[in-house]
Amino acid sequence: MATRATGATRRAKAGWTSIHFFANPARFLRAARAVYPWAAAATAALIAAGLVLGLYVAPPDYQQGDAYRIIFVHVPAAWMSLFVYVVIALCSAAGLVWRHPLADLVARSSAPIGAAFTLITLLSGSLWGQPMWGTWWVWDARLTSMLVLLFLYLGYIALHAAFDDPAKGARAAAILALVGVVNVPIVKFSVDWWNTLHQPATISKIDSPSIDSSMVAPLLLMAAGFMAYYLTVLIPRVRAEIARRRIRNLRLAQVSR
Amino acid sequence: MFFRLVGRELTLAVRGGIGSLMAVVFFVLAVTLFPLGVGPELGLLSRIAPGVVWVAALLAALLSLDRLFVADHEDGSLELLMLGALPLEFVVLAKTAAHWLTTGLPLAAAAPVLAILLNMSVDGLVVLVVSLLLGTPLLSLIGAVGAALTVSLRRGGALIALLVLPLYVPVLIFGVGAVEGAVLDVGVRANLSILAGGLVGALVLGPLAAAAALRMTAE
Repeated sequence: MATRATGATRRAKAGWTSIHFFANPARFLRAARAVYPWAAAATAALIAAGLVLGLYVAPPDYQQGDAYRIIFVHVPAAWMSLFVYVVIALCSAAGLVWRHPLADLVARSSAPIGAAFTLITLLSGSLWGQPMWGTWWVWDARLTSMLVLLFLYLGYIALHAAFDDPAKGARAAAILALVGVVNVPIVKFSVDWWNTLHQPATISKIDSPSIDSSMVAPLLLMAAGFMAYYLTVLIPRVRAEIARRRIRNLRLAQVSR
Repeated sequence: MFFRLVGRELTLAVRGGIGSLMAVVFFVLAVTLFPLGVGPELGLLSRIAPGVVWVAALLAALLSLDRLFVADHEDGSLELLMLGALPLEFVVLAKTAAHWLTTGLPLAAAAPVLAILLNMSVDGLVVLVVSLLLGTPLLSLIGAVGAALTVSLRRGGALIALLVLPLYVPVLIFGVGAVEGAVLDVGVRANLSILAGGLVGALVLGPLAAAAALRMTAE
């Protein structure tokens, strides 16, 4: 394996110095420190505005009454659960191809957040389904594929944690994340491909959404708020991962001395 | 070289005796449990037969996955294979092909007998065998990725199930969909075509991913 190892280190060095700006953790930490308060403030402002507009300003639905208002949590959480998975997949690809050290950390830190968003989607959808469909759960295509997404997240986290060497865990989990990408289009288009109980996408056409603008505004505000929340939670997690890696390296140096 | 590797795996399986037929034995036993569990009413059995046979086949294929690379990893022959002339992707493909020949093919052969026991209609039988012939290689290919990812872990067996079962879900849906389509006479082409398309894709991508995982382990 000698030739392959030297090839890998050469690639790693090239990646460190030239291509990737934020591959330097110190530089990332400086940028993160600057962004963090803004992200936190944006989260609070956007979600507050979205809640006020969604709960008080938007009119009740002509069919579903006030129960439809759970859409303002359900749909942004569903978008985020897919978005975070795509982030993990892209970071995994970057980590595998260029050995980008920070991409691994971002992917690893994103996984529990994405799993939480998926769980929120399933739970809020279940609460919504009870009054509307008369049942907590149906085995329709979108619900099932969301559940599969949750299991993919759990498998990713478990595989990451199963390796003693975090670098190996990151690479194994990255391969799994890339294999699991096939599920993302299945979740996204399941309601269009299969004619099932779950309603089709609400915001599918930009020009003429099948929803009134007084309901679109809070939905988009909440979605932006969820995105800012993701950043707000992600940054401390990545910082903790960087600190953890440093501690590990210091310990290893201490032991080998 | 490729076929000699397949031959080696098959020889190992034959010398392993009854142990290598464990998947089929498990398959038969698991299907047998269902009439005992839900009652012997023939109408109900023929209604659930496609799902029962497919789920049992899927679990039987999963059962033998954790040994796919572990034995070769433990005695060092995996590293020799990696250093050999045959690209690692083809080594993976050869081992996966052998895995299918020793599990998937016997499962597909045993399935009609079990389906008759579950009172499935004759139209369903043919499609069941075809769907299993298309689906079980897909199970082996996806499973090879999970097996390669967990090969160096001490307790990889339980983890494989968590990694692989979510990816098995589409195979199960379309496999059962084809058989139900035949039983209810609403057409089977679409489901079988998707299974075949998935198989073609997995034939290319599965060995790539599994070989990348094995290289990661060896570094």
